[in-house]
Amino acid sequence: MNRRTMLAGAAALAAAPMVVPGARAQAAKTKIVFWHAMTGANNDEINRIARDFNAAQDAVELEPVFKGSYPETLTAAIAAWRAGQAPHVVQVFEVGTGTMLAAGPAVKQVWQLVQETGAKIDPAAYLPAVRGYYSLADGRMASMPLNSSTPVMWYNLDAFEAAGLDPAKPPQTWQEFVTVARALKDKWASKSQDLMASTSSWFTWAQLETYSAIHNVPYATKANGFEGLDTELKLNGPAQVKHIQRLLDMAKEGSFKYGGRDATPDPLFYTAKAAIGFGSSAGRADIVRNAKFRWAAAMLPYDPEIMRSPNNSIIGGASLWTMTAPNRTPAEYKAVASFLQFIGQPVQDALYHQHTGYVPVTLAGYELSRQQGYYDKNPGADIAIKSLTRGTVTENSKGLRLGGLPEIRNIIYEEFEKALQGQQNAQAALDSAVARGNVVLRAFEKMAKG
Amino acid sequence: MERRTIFPGWLLPVALVLPQLALTVVFFLWPAGQAIWSSATRTDPFGIHTRFVGVENFADLFIDPLYIDTIWRSVLFCVCVAALAMGSAMVFAVAADREIRFRGLYRILLIWPYAIAPAMAAVLWILLLHPQIGLIGRWLNRIGVAWDYKLNGFQAMLVVILASAWKEVSYNFIFLLAGLQSIPRSVIEAARMDGARGFFRFRTVVLPLLMPTVFFLLVVNLVYAAFDTFGTIWAMTSGGPGKATETLVVKVYRDGMVNQDIGSSSAQSVVLMLGVIVLTALQFRFLGRRSGGA
Repeated sequence: MNRRTMLAGAAALAAAPMVVPGARAQAAKTKIVFWHAMTGANNDEINRIARDFNAAQDAVELEPVFKGSYPETLTAAIAAWRAGQAPHVVQVFEVGTGTMLAAGPAVKQVWQLVQETGAKIDPAAYLPAVRGYYSLADGRMASMPLNSSTPVMWYNLDAFEAAGLDPAKPPQTWQEFVTVARALKDKWASKSQDLMASTSSWFTWAQLETYSAIHNVPYATKANGFEGLDTELKLNGPAQVKHIQRLLDMAKEGSFKYGGRDATPDPLFYTAKAAIGFGSSAGRADIVRNAKFRWAAAMLPYDPEIMRSPNNSIIGGASLWTMTAPNRTPAEYKAVASFLQFIGQPVQDALYHQHTGYVPVTLAGYELSRQQGYYDKNPGADIAIKSLTRGTVTENSKGLRLGGLPEIRNIIYEEFEKALQGQQNAQAALDSAVARGNVVLRAFEKMAKG
Repeated sequence: MERRTIFPGWLLPVALVLPQLALTVVFFLWPAGQAIWSSATRTDPFGIHTRFVGVENFADLFIDPLYIDTIWRSVLFCVCVAALAMGSAMVFAVAADREIRFRGLYRILLIWPYAIAPAMAAVLWILLLHPQIGLIGRWLNRIGVAWDYKLNGFQAMLVVILASAWKEVSYNFIFLLAGLQSIPRSVIEAARMDGARGFFRFRTVVLPLLMPTVFFLLVVNLVYAAFDTFGTIWAMTSGGPGKATETLVVKVYRDGMVNQDIGSSSAQSVVLMLGVIVLTALQFRFLGRRSGGA
């Protein structure tokens, strides 16, 4: 290559960027960026929402970006805000609500957005169980619910039949569950070393947080943290210890297998390795896509010795927070508000619910799905909603509002994993979790008070 | 005989050194300074309220028995990884130094793993050792060994040590092979003629001549095990089960990135940095002297 060719090439390269901007100048849409943590079928849904939103109007262009797991997305958003480059909207899991509420100027809460942009977002349109988790004490909404789920019990009908159990009668109490799991272990899981009678995804959420709500026992003082930052953990009470010890005993016996943290055990159910898998109701989309066997969903069992008639379960999932940035314009906030309004439309809410397994967050969305006959055609698709509205809401079943909850969940995972290895029993594990968790709560309280 | 380059002025030498100095300042000194400053503060995740707390973060670390456990665990991990990586590399290097067929091929295959990213090494080993989807993992369970490193802390430690050491073997192999080849043949011949055989010859003649290389590799391996193994451990076990595979660097990440406790995480980084500095300084002082300088 001689010098002339090189010079010509370099000139061409330098001139190239000048050609492109012409094409960019014509679109004057407000661009907003949305960071989320959805994977698999749920990821496709987010992209579908973005496509539909962008097609429905031409003032705003929404760009969804997958940022990793929930903790990774939150960390990325915080780091981005510190660098002055926060996304417009970020999906933060429910246990990050405490952190986001203490974020001060970093976020614009929904009621603030409504005030500033005049958007029409009415808190009363949202399901109470969902709304309450993400609102301030006086009812003003802080974040916008998008995907709310609740733990359900997925079970494999073919495996039930193979083990001689009635597939139409899933276990309703924990005592029944122990028997059923034992039968599955002896007659179904024994066929191969890969199979297990039962497992649980989101272990801390399903087996401790929701368990406490259903049985009306406190997870933490001050109404699980809703009433004050000076809350202390109470998850080592007799009810919780009894349940964790029960699961430890089942693990030792082989009728329950711990599959790892958070959503890691999800594939175990839909690849037919686990006959019963506790998991998020939002796992429905992946199960529909992957399961090659007959399955159904049921509500979480309860322990009649502790609570005669069980209460509602609590939500999981995430909500959308609006973030601020030094150079953000009012037009961008207006764009965000229009997106939040879009996902609250009954049609959109119903579609999202039906495609994913998350519950409809608006009453109108739920009603629309019912009118469309969705629950008649898909029996069991409303288990999650039924679970969220069972019994009466008490101060123990409104959900949790604890700072540092991701770290506390991690501590519980560590203590439970130690107990699984036989290093401690349930009481010791939960006591240790409470002691370590309270340190996290006190540090958060100190920081939030500034 | 000394060779020195004398520059006529000072502008040229400064200009030549400046890029490297700039890189060192921006990518090493500045973040280190930032970490030291952070370690003396306590802040909320968003950095809105920051309080200067002096050595409180450090004090909290050292009165926490779990942190002391993590220190011992990290020491054990570093020693095991360094020993395994250097030991295997030594065996391979000695074997590959001989006049055997396909010598070149063996050398290439032994050097390849060095190019793999730490997290990928973890994925490869997961595909081998996972109790449900790994080839060896499933086989172990089939023959009756209760193999599940996601539940058993001891097995988890074994697995991360294996995956971490595997990656470093290549690096050690290259240097040891070069070291072996730099030993004059005449010395080996003389030893052989005097009747020194096999392992005895290795221990008394070859190894002492390799000491500079071994010392250098020891430093590199320990630093690697202390820092660069983060990707491998995080991808394999995330520090679990329980805290079985949580080394100092994993704890720094967990406290900083996941738990958003920047102050404590910075303090731990500073402790880790000081620990490795002290270790390296000691090594240079004692082993460096014995082997006549690296």
